[in-house]
Amino acid sequence: MSKSEEVTDAKFDEMVLKSKMPVLVDFWAPWCGPCKMIEPVVDVLADEYEGKVSFVRMNVDDSPNTARQYGVMSIPTLMVFKNGQPVSNIVGFRPKPELSKVLDKALEDG
Amino acid sequence: MKEIKKKYDVIIIGGGPAGLSAGIYTARARLSTLLIEKSGIGGQIINSEMVENYPGFTNGISGIDLTQAMHQQAVKFGVETIYDEVTGIKVAGKQKTVTTAQGKFTATAVIIAGGASRQKLGVPGEWEFTGRGVSYCATCDGAFFRDKTVAVVGGGNAATTEALELTKFASEVVLIHRRNELRATKIMHERVKSHPKIKISWDTVVIEILGDKAVEQLKLQNVKTKKETLLPASGVFISVGSQPYTGYLKGVLELDEVGSIITDDKLETDVPGIFAVGDIRSGSIRQVVSAAGDGAVAAVNAGKYISE
Repeated sequence: MSKSEEVTDAKFDEMVLKSKMPVLVDFWAPWCGPCKMIEPVVDVLADEYEGKVSFVRMNVDDSPNTARQYGVMSIPTLMVFKNGQPVSNIVGFRPKPELSKVLDKALEDG
Repeated sequence: MKEIKKKYDVIIIGGGPAGLSAGIYTARARLSTLLIEKSGIGGQIINSEMVENYPGFTNGISGIDLTQAMHQQAVKFGVETIYDEVTGIKVAGKQKTVTTAQGKFTATAVIIAGGASRQKLGVPGEWEFTGRGVSYCATCDGAFFRDKTVAVVGGGNAATTEALELTKFASEVVLIHRRNELRATKIMHERVKSHPKIKISWDTVVIEILGDKAVEQLKLQNVKTKKETLLPASGVFISVGSQPYTGYLKGVLELDEVGSIITDDKLETDVPGIFAVGDIRSGSIRQVVSAAGDGAVAAVNAGKYISE
């Protein structure tokens, strides 16, 4: 079971766009193997960035509108939002050190 | 978080079926084992919704279920897992030092099970539209293309599997293959050819992927007549083989012309105590069952090497 809290279309504004911390949104679906594959890696990152970055996941099957709005056509997609704006868009799986770099960058830039 | 040691009997690089099977064998042989995986457990087979040829599963099993079970089994016997990327291996007699982005680990034996990554087409538009219509996984992304026309590039088992998977969602699937016959097995061949939604474009290559915000058209070329045509499509699924992940091993181990690792009948490389298993090994038939078999062979021989 993932450590990231599930976000829906209805709660996206409150949980992601209005968040004070940067938010990593993991777009996933139950049928997607690679989405399950990256789950443990995202969990490790969630531990490492606890209190600094918020981690949520969005089931594109249940909540298709946000994914469509941000042009997500491939999953897993990891998007980092900061001050209500997407600042990074990572399609497919990437080595963990690369994901850490993306989060570090989101934390650095004012 | 659990503290990870720095010294092991065996380090396994890669958490696909080959590495997981090796881990089950080394851990059961009571060898301390560290598994280093760069992105996530499972390997390429997680893209398969149904594995029909792994013995013991009469009705098939999904790639993710199969490999998650293998990982649980490896962990049960004591394999430790970290998520990190290996950047180099150094050999000093019987000691091997494996460097990762986060640190260094040593072991007596190393089993390389790093697998292969999907080969890119290498045409204009591919990189720009990845995640915007260009995909490497039909199981993941098929549902984004409901009632649309999509293309699949390739002619092997993976490509035909992708094409069949996509027929669940797409209105039409065009299989684009550069030759005039498929490399896929007979059974896949028959399924694809008889499917009403699949059209095969023989002797054809994609030379450019075009669109504005997302994929809209593919520029195709017939390899015999050189004639170019445009195919309107919302998605293109690329399945043209794979490339071994061995960039960091050049100069350390003997590799073949495509970069796969050369091994002997013990699956040992030209460096004693370093083994290679699964798709990364030269001559691999790239099947889950052979990858798992490789893992067992290398694990047993690694055990012998350690106790020598």
